[in-house]
Amino acid sequence: MRRVEVAIIGSGPAGLAAAKPLLDAGAKVLMIDRSDMLGGQLTKQTHMFFGSEKQHASKRGIDILKLMVDEIQYHENLTVLTETTVVGLYQDRVISCVKHDEYFKIQADYILVASGASEKSLPFENNDLPGVYAAGAVQTLMNVYGVKPGERVLMIGSGNIGLIVSYQLMQAGVEVPMLLEAADTIGGYLVHASKIRRLGVDIRTNMSVKRAIGKASVEAAEIWRLDKHWQGIPGTEEIVPCDTICLSVGLAPLTELLQQAGADIKYVRELGGNVPIINKKYQTSLENVYTCGDVAGIEEASSAMISGEIAGLEIARSAGYKIDNIDQHISRLHDDLTNLRNGPHGEKIRIGLEKVGVK
Amino acid sequence: MRINKHPILDFPERKKVSFTFNGKKLFGYEGDTIASALHAQGIKHLSDSIHKKRPRGFYCAIGNCASCNMIVDGVPNVRTCITPLKEGVDVRKQDGKGRF
Repeated sequence: MRRVEVAIIGSGPAGLAAAKPLLDAGAKVLMIDRSDMLGGQLTKQTHMFFGSEKQHASKRGIDILKLMVDEIQYHENLTVLTETTVVGLYQDRVISCVKHDEYFKIQADYILVASGASEKSLPFENNDLPGVYAAGAVQTLMNVYGVKPGERVLMIGSGNIGLIVSYQLMQAGVEVPMLLEAADTIGGYLVHASKIRRLGVDIRTNMSVKRAIGKASVEAAEIWRLDKHWQGIPGTEEIVPCDTICLSVGLAPLTELLQQAGADIKYVRELGGNVPIINKKYQTSLENVYTCGDVAGIEEASSAMISGEIAGLEIARSAGYKIDNIDQHISRLHDDLTNLRNGPHGEKIRIGLEKVGVK
Repeated sequence: MRINKHPILDFPERKKVSFTFNGKKLFGYEGDTIASALHAQGIKHLSDSIHKKRPRGFYCAIGNCASCNMIVDGVPNVRTCITPLKEGVDVRKQDGKGRF
């Protein structure tokens, strides 16, 4: 069996940010991703980041990715395995992988699970019809492969992803007639909402999709008004012609590998679902298994990068590498996280972290 | 369904890659996944569900949800949303679970 020092599962913003301090310290790193390219969700993020300048705010996600990859890709201690899916994680830090037809195992001294999250769906009639797509999938199709998801998209969900993807759809020449939000207020930043409103998107709160209409793919959507318990009100139905229904209704941490290995897991609604119990060092309950990014709780790319950097530094320290001023550096990173989570938009995350026991 | 003009992104001309879908000759471009090449041709119906044989398309595009599983060169359950398109591959709609 192949042996490595540090295996990082996932090459999104969290995994990439963790690799840098590890490589700088002298550790040998194996990075594994199931996609054929590095970057996770950064590969499709054409919008400029908000948040802190230290995490590249006001740069576009795709440009941040280039910077992060450039910093590490030619490092002699980095090995990259793409198109490789990790299908098993065991307590003795053995991971089993599948690449094309090949199945193999790797043993690692340290494992960092940076597997990210998957998009949730929404229960409604015909929600399995082709043309009902997750917002991130629509973004990938457009911004990575240059393919339109359809000609006319009904967007569901007014969080930042729903608002930003609506804008990106219009940039790609796709019509977005309407955006529905089940709650009574817009979830994301109003600056994004205003931008798409000015471009003619009809944003409707207290509304959701009742069913998708179509034979082999979406041809229209039936929508209706919701009461304050989010139940549909009969008699308020309307038909919206569209060929795509785009769901932006939240993300769930991809904790399956950690659960399989027996890590302590807790259901925390505010963090998106089942999350690993971790400490401030981003250690899980399993020896030498760390985690970072969205799998430890849904936030956004800037905090994923910071948590990745902290986890990378902590693994390097635990493995015995000497890093100058590491305590000050880590404490600054924790301050950065606290700043990002300040204010009303960070409230959910603060409550969630409290439930996990990390302050 | 290809994007021609975009304010931020460039989609420069790429090499054509030919493949077949249910025996019909189609083409995509280098850098495509199988699912993106099919979608660009307007093909959204990728498989039929196991029990009720309902049409299924892709959903997550990150290789997680299994909604885009198809038969590629005779192998079922290939996650076409993360499988790069290769010259000459034989892609078929999958009926249910697929058989090895």
